[in-house]
Amino acid sequence: MLNKNGVPSLEEIKSRFPSEEFLNKPKAITECYENIPCNPCSTSCPFDAIYIGEDINTPPVVDFEKCTGCGVCVYNCPGLAIFTVQKKEDCLVFKIPYELVPYPEKGEIVNAINRNGDIIGECEIEKVSITNRQDRTALLQVKVAQELLYEFITVRRKL
Amino acid sequence: MRELDLVIIGGGPAGLSAAKIAAESGLNSLIIERDYKVGGQLVKQTHMFFGSEKQYAKTRGIDIAKILVNDVLAYPDKVEIMTETTVVGLYKDNVLTLLQKEKYIKIKAKAIIIATGASEKFLAFENNDLPGIYGAGAVQTLMNVHGVLPSEEVVMVGSGNIGLIVSYQLIQAGVKVKAVLEAAPTIGGYKVHASKLKRLGVDILTSTSVKRAEGKDTLEKIIIAKLDKNWDYIPGTEEEIIVDALCISVGLSPLTSLLSMVEADMKFVNYLGGLVPVINHQHETSIKNIFVAGDVCGVEEASSAIVEGYFSGLIVAERLGYKHPNHEELYQDFEAQLENLRSGPFGEKTRLGLKELRGENNAE
Repeated sequence: MLNKNGVPSLEEIKSRFPSEEFLNKPKAITECYENIPCNPCSTSCPFDAIYIGEDINTPPVVDFEKCTGCGVCVYNCPGLAIFTVQKKEDCLVFKIPYELVPYPEKGEIVNAINRNGDIIGECEIEKVSITNRQDRTALLQVKVAQELLYEFITVRRKL
Repeated sequence: MRELDLVIIGGGPAGLSAAKIAAESGLNSLIIERDYKVGGQLVKQTHMFFGSEKQYAKTRGIDIAKILVNDVLAYPDKVEIMTETTVVGLYKDNVLTLLQKEKYIKIKAKAIIIATGASEKFLAFENNDLPGIYGAGAVQTLMNVHGVLPSEEVVMVGSGNIGLIVSYQLIQAGVKVKAVLEAAPTIGGYKVHASKLKRLGVDILTSTSVKRAEGKDTLEKIIIAKLDKNWDYIPGTEEEIIVDALCISVGLSPLTSLLSMVEADMKFVNYLGGLVPVINHQHETSIKNIFVAGDVCGVEEASSAIVEGYFSGLIVAERLGYKHPNHEELYQDFEAQLENLRSGPFGEKTRLGLKELRGENNAE
């Protein structure tokens, strides 16, 4: 339970996703379930695709028609609560925020982790980007198995 | 004795912001800071802040500190900063006595803004004085300011935002966080922070607290236990955790001792963190020309402290005859920003606290 251990229910998770046909292109998933005073996702979006409005306590609403999955909101979210995901023919491609050094390397096989912190499989790092604009939050592009759409959340390097 | 226009006690987010707006208005000020540098608690906040752009949301605290400091350094003729200086006495005729290293200084001010912030609360349990038991703030200073690891492993007590954020930063520094304990039945801070920890493998144990610490010379283990709805330990639920550090993050209390020295009217308001000064809408205490800003008048986020600093700087400048060219516009803007920051569920404590402070006890 989100309130008890920080893990949202599958129903809560699914409520943040668009219907699956949108995911043929990358889309931002904002896992922001609470009314907290915060709006950088909305103000940083170059496509005006995330709506919060006057009251900054309102959770974000993504316009999936406008969202291009560019990933700008991913590193601008102070809660690290946004990622992007795209469905490819044989896999899913996630872009996730990552703030633990040393960063994994391109091509590295790492553990795929769910919201409970458990290892749920392996995945491959396709790209690691860390530009000045990202202000020390790296973006990892990760290739993940199709069936982990609502499970995958982050990676853990193998020891 | 030196006589000044405005003296600001505390060089944290509230104090710095107050000095900036005062300087913009043309008013000179002196910031007195007991630490060796200004910036307050922001200097160790390596995480991105929440809020809106006006309060530097998505900027890391360490960088907000730089922005606020540069804002006042832009007025070298208007803002003077004394570091490593502690205000040891405050008197009703607005005389302040300061201790700067070994030197004792007496000054007088036309107006004073007290922006002393808050201090960490501690927790009573057996052996809570063993080395290895820290306040969360101390751990953050050690790690993020001085680059020193507090321990190899840690258990955090308290799941408010500070407890959750410091736990995450401990992991970033390479410390293993074995658990976060929360006495209440639900997590206190933002769930996004909790989710971030959980996916890194940290369990947050609600309705659980530390009962006893054990160790010969330093902390070696802790005994935790479940709490019932009356906050009493449930017998038979004890568990042992081997750990060399325990970090306490159970809330903050406003640092109001200077206000007591001038016998300002005070009120105990639990929602605001404890004993706080009674203030009017202009943030003025019951003592004329003594104002407050930031956590000293109610514990909130740094974003609110920044806006309260701006607000009080604006008011004091006008009081002393230096009305800001955009006074009306800024006044409304700062009020609106504070209202917006406090309008959600996480602002409820502040809203209720301010009502209680003003003696408006009608339920929301």
